This record gives sequence, C-alpha cells and structure tokens, in this order.
Amino acid sequence: MTSKLNPVMRQRLLSASALVGFFILWELACIATGVSDLVLPRPSQILQVLFEKMPLLWPHTVQTLYTTLVGFGLGVLVGIILGLLIGSSRTAYDVAYPLLVGFSSIPKVAVVPIFVVWFGAGTVPAILTSLVISIFPVVVNVATGLASTEPELEDVLRVLGAKKRDILWNVSLPRALPYLFASLKIAITLSFVGTVLAETVAANKGIGTVMMIASGNFDVPMVFAGLLILAVLGVILYALSSLVERRMTGWAQRKNDLGMAS
Amino acid sequence: MTQPFIDLSEVTVRYGAQAQGTLALDRTNLRIEQGDFVALVGPSGCGKSTILKLVAGLLQPSSGGLIVGGRESPTTQQSGKTRIGLAFQNPTMLPWLTIRENVMMPLKIVEPFRQDYARKKKGEFAERAEALLAKVGLKGFGDKRPWQLSGGMLQRASLCRALIHEPQLLLLDEPFGALDSFTREELWALTQQLWQDTKPTVLLVTHDLREAAYLANRICVMSSRPGRILEDREVPFERPRTLAMSYAPEVSTLVQELRLRIAEARTAADAQAATESLSTERKVA
Repeated sequence: MTSKLNPVMRQRLLSASALVGFFILWELACIATGVSDLVLPRPSQILQVLFEKMPLLWPHTVQTLYTTLVGFGLGVLVGIILGLLIGSSRTAYDVAYPLLVGFSSIPKVAVVPIFVVWFGAGTVPAILTSLVISIFPVVVNVATGLASTEPELEDVLRVLGAKKRDILWNVSLPRALPYLFASLKIAITLSFVGTVLAETVAANKGIGTVMMIASGNFDVPMVFAGLLILAVLGVILYALSSLVERRMTGWAQRKNDLGMAS
Repeated sequence: MTQPFIDLSEVTVRYGAQAQGTLALDRTNLRIEQGDFVALVGPSGCGKSTILKLVAGLLQPSSGGLIVGGRESPTTQQSGKTRIGLAFQNPTMLPWLTIRENVMMPLKIVEPFRQDYARKKKGEFAERAEALLAKVGLKGFGDKRPWQLSGGMLQRASLCRALIHEPQLLLLDEPFGALDSFTREELWALTQQLWQDTKPTVLLVTHDLREAAYLANRICVMSSRPGRILEDREVPFERPRTLAMSYAPEVSTLVQELRLRIAEARTAADAQAATESLSTERKVA
C-alpha cells in the first residue's frame, strides 16, 4: 500500500537500508572471522575513534575542505575560461586538444614533488594539485558543450544578423551549461583526490597527513576514520553540486522531473 | 519595379576545394518579385537548400551574381539588410526558454528592435508574441516549455518566430516535412493566411508537390546535382485556396506533370552518374 503510494520514498528507504546493511555486514564479518583491527577495524571502532578524536581531527577536516574548495573553485574558473577559448573556434579546438590530452595524461602524483620544489611543503601544493586535476573535465565538457550547438539554430540567428557574441550568449552558453554542471560533479571528486594526494606526500595539515601519520603508527582505526571523513565530505560536496545542477539546468533533466510528478 | 526582389544570375556554387569540390548549383537563374510566393521542388540533394542559403546570405556563390532586396551579395553581417525570417523542418526551439521567449528571440537580435528589447520585453513585445501565437492557434501556450508541446505545435511556434520581426523575406526549408499529413494540411492553410496578411516574399523549399501547388504562386522544378532550374510554372488557382481545391483535378494534373518532370531529371542524372563512375573506374584501372 505505502509502496504504491510513494515509490520515491520507497526507493530512498531501500538506499538507506542498503547503506546501513553494508556497515552491519562489515561489523558482523569482522566479529565472525575475528580479524585483527590492525588489518580491518570494525565500523563501531572507527566511529568510536571518530568521536573521541574529533577535536583533534576537526582542524584537519577544515583544512582539507578548504584546500579542496579553493583548488576546485580556481580549477573550475580556469577550466571555464580555457573551455570557452577552445570551444569557440574549430582551429583553437584542433590546436589545443593534443596539448590538453598530453597534460591530462600526466599522473598527478608525479606533479606534486614539482609543486613542493616550487612552493615548499604545505597548503599551496595541495591547492595546486587539486586545481590541476579538476581542470581537465571542465575544459573538455565546456568545449564540447559549445561545439554541440545545432548548426540550424545558429543559421536562424545568423540570418537575423546575430553577431558571434549574440550566438554565444543566447545559444551556445546556455547549451553548454548542462555539460559544465555534469563536469562539476566529476571535478569535485577529483579535486578531493588531488588534495588528499598532495597532503599525504607533502603537507603538515589535513586529513591526508593524519592518515599518513596514523598508518605509520599502525593506528588503523584512525586511518579508517580519516577515510570515513573523506567519504562523507565527498558525498556532501557531490550532492551540493548535484543540487545546483538541478536548479540551474532543470530544462535538461525534464524526464526525471516528469517521472517524479506523475 | 524593374528590379526583382531576388535575382540569381548564372550562380554557381561549389562545395569544398575549387576543382574537385562537389558542384551544388550550376549557372542557375532565378528571379522572384517582391511579395511573391515561390516554391522550389526537386529530388533530394538537388541544391534547393543551397539556393535558400544563398538568399539567406549564409553562403556565398562561387561565381555569378546575386541580388537580394536590391543589394548585391548579401552577407549576414550587413546592417540595414533585408529582414529575413527562417524556419526549418526541425523547429529548433531553445529548451531553456518558454515558447514566448523563443518566439521573441528575433526581437532580441534584429535591429531596430534590439535596442528596445530590455524595455519592451515584458510589455509590447510580449503582447505581440502572444497575438501571433493566438493567430496560429497557440493561445495560452506562451508560458509552456518546448518539450511540453507536440511537433505540430512546435512548428507553429517556429513559424511565429520566423514572422515576429515582420520580415520582408520568409525562407521555409521543408517546414512541414516531419509532420503527419493532417497537421501538415492544417499548417498549409495557416501559412497561406499568414502570407495573405502581411504579404512577405516567400521562398519555400519542399519535396511535397501538393504542398507546392496549394501554397505557391510559382513552382520551380530543379534537376539533380548539379542543380539547375528545369521548369518554372505559374500556379493559376485563385486565393484563398482551400484544402478541397488541392484535390481538384487541375491540381492533380499539375502535380502529375511536375512529378514526371522530376522523374525524368532523376533518370537523366542517374545515367550521367553511371557514366561518370564508369569513366573514373577506367581511370583507376
């Protein structure tokens, strides 16, 4: 009866129970096999550590969040500008694309030491890593979005005497928005990867550093606590960018909305 | 009125590099008087749309003379040029705008309306868009989004968008091609009425001969690539034409004749293509 009335609620309930079930299974498996908490701590242990060490972990959490957001923000800004430059003309696209692919295929771990040499260990290399890693998906998506404008529509406007700027502003940019927002969701997760990466290699603050030190001390529950914090932060930021996406480009996701309404 | 509104003289268009490019139009001549309604028909790929693009200024002829609205070689960038409305088979509405905003788009871009757009978009321009929408039977749909409308409704809105800035020249590229026959016939009547209201010059590209016979004053039959105009027919039936008339024997005869003419052109082109491919094969061998 209830399931018939509200399929959305039912789906959410199922997702939530899957999540809780996962942790319960983990807990039970640990107890059943008697695995050492040096290898795999139980979720209850992790939670306990999390609550006990929160005053210690909190500044690091803030640090990681701050680094990620700054790196992500700058990365998106640079990505949008580069994407606009590349996507606005065929020639620019052809010229810049190999270069872009070349840069993006460099493993970002390899870049961190260079940033450390340039700027010293600390926040700056972490921000830069997070920036560099989040640029690529934004550039590619914005450029693709701009290039995906229907030629017929462009013709309709050009016949009216529209200038390149008019077409960009009225058609290409709105058309590219869904692509941009799709890339934001990817970029924010990558951004996290970049931050934690740089923090584990060369930093004195942040969750990555905490996990590095904890694993050095064989404090495995602490490592997992760090992991959990990262997961929660990641989910929150992902959900936020999803929300913004839906607000800004609802027209591109109408099927979902209609499905919800009916 | 010695100078026609549109004049193509010996126009040749070649796509791609000079010598080996595809010849789309070969020394074509076409004159259209102001206020006339001309249909271009012919087999697919014969250069109908190429002529449309030339007239629209989206394409430059490789050689030959082109005059639109008394100006030579129009380009889209000229100021004070002929005001043109354009509608395609695909209605190409912008999904992030409402129907009314879509219809008002030309006012946002075309001089002299664009200066006033910010000031009048809520008042005068919106009323104008609504009035036009009401005329095509879309009263009350202005606030809907494009995906909430059917194909026929979108095509009506597309016609509105092509007419909102009161163009002197209306270019229609198979505008009803994707619609079912009932909707199509409804829109024929509507198009005739819109044309009779403001009498813009209309160039209609279509492969539907009954459509051409119903709507146009003149039908130009084109040959296969490279395109040339084979036959130029006046359509003498009086206006306003009705749907019943489009089934009348005179119309059927006309359609029949034109159909045969196109079939001839097609077989001729096929034969030519066959000999051409044969000769290239020999060259390769």
